[in-house]
Amino acid sequence: MVHKSLEQACLIMDRSGVDTRKCMMCGKCSATCPAFDEMDYHPHQFVKMVTEGDIESLLSSKSLWKCLSCFACVERCPRGVEPANVVEALRVTLLRRQGENYITADDIPGLLDDKLPQQAIVSAFRKYKK
Amino acid sequence: MIYTYYPGCTLKTKAKDLDLYARKSATALGVTLEEPEDWQCCGAVYPLARDEIATRLSAVRTLVSARDNKRAVVTVCSACHHVLVRVNDDMKNDADMRGKVNRYLELENEYGGETEVIHYLTMLRDKIGFDEIKKKVVKPLEGKKIAAYYGCMLLRPSKIMAFDDAENPTIIEDFIKALGAEPVIYPFRNECCGGYVTMSDKSLAKKAAGKVMASAKDNGAELIITACPLCMYNLDANGGADKLPVRYFTELLAEALDVK
Ligand code: SF4
Ligand code: SF4
Repeated sequence: MVHKSLEQACLIMDRSGVDTRKCMMCGKCSATCPAFDEMDYHPHQFVKMVTEGDIESLLSSKSLWKCLSCFACVERCPRGVEPANVVEALRVTLLRRQGENYITADDIPGLLDDKLPQQAIVSAFRKYKK
Repeated sequence: MIYTYYPGCTLKTKAKDLDLYARKSATALGVTLEEPEDWQCCGAVYPLARDEIATRLSAVRTLVSARDNKRAVVTVCSACHHVLVRVNDDMKNDADMRGKVNRYLELENEYGGETEVIHYLTMLRDKIGFDEIKKKVVKPLEGKKIAAYYGCMLLRPSKIMAFDDAENPTIIEDFIKALGAEPVIYPFRNECCGGYVTMSDKSLAKKAAGKVMASAKDNGAELIITACPLCMYNLDANGGADKLPVRYFTELLAEALDVK
């Protein structure tokens, strides 16, 4: 059963600064998303799911880690909804829970190569760990 | 012309070329870039969540120090530029955020987004002018077919970045023309290369970078230029077997000005 919570929906809207109710379900965000094929829930869907309060399904969605934060959806949404900000609010909500870090310092050495720029490592800690 | 120059962490390590040629070219163009002694890493990614305060502070410190020196800040790295512009916009337009940050930092003079943040490319376009640059080119890059790769962070969201038209940008193509080369227009020049997941999801990074590379190639480019060390790395590492060479725009500028 899907657990719906208005309280959690408000939290995600606050945290993302996005009023998901502005969405008119045109699908433009999903059409432009470069990670669409990799996602289980797609941008227009996760916007709707937030409105409906279905936050727990989103918190376990792999879409959170597939989003490239490219802002194509933000730029191209005709209603100014900013789906990328919603993804980030969900990611942050999950990462702030105990034991939910997506990456740890011990993972880093195995991911390095000679040319990997500093900014990738710095941002990995910002994006995947709290 | 004197600016505060914010290099950022990567220009001190893996992207030394981007930094070195930015400085050499600036000197050749009569611009003084002053690097503050005590700058901090901006964090490399803009904190999108509205309740992230601490992760905005290092960017604010850079903006405040430029304000106190009465200078605009020039950045070269797309990511630093993105972070500084957006945090600055928060400080200007988000009263709640401004209040929290100022209370935390306990600054002598409150900061409200007064600093002008410009990218090196917009400095070339708006402060110097591509016509001026053209006059200073000693070794024009004649006959070279160059693809500008904009990526995401310079352009979007255009409402805040105000860098160029987000769907039909021209600034890097105009830059290429000023150097005497031929710009190649291709559909993926402002689509994502997947750099964001280059560490965590190789297969997705490869797919996205491969599309950019193929698009540039199919349209006849022999070289790609970028302002972003992460795009540079990702296009090179994940762009596929017969990828094009990728270089920093500052290196080409230095070459054309004959200061390389
Ligand atoms: S583009 Fe905007 S309005 Fe259209 S479905 Fe996506 S979020 Fe909703
Ligand atoms: S920011 Fe994320 S959700 Fe939006 S288009 Fe890019 S990859 Fe897709």
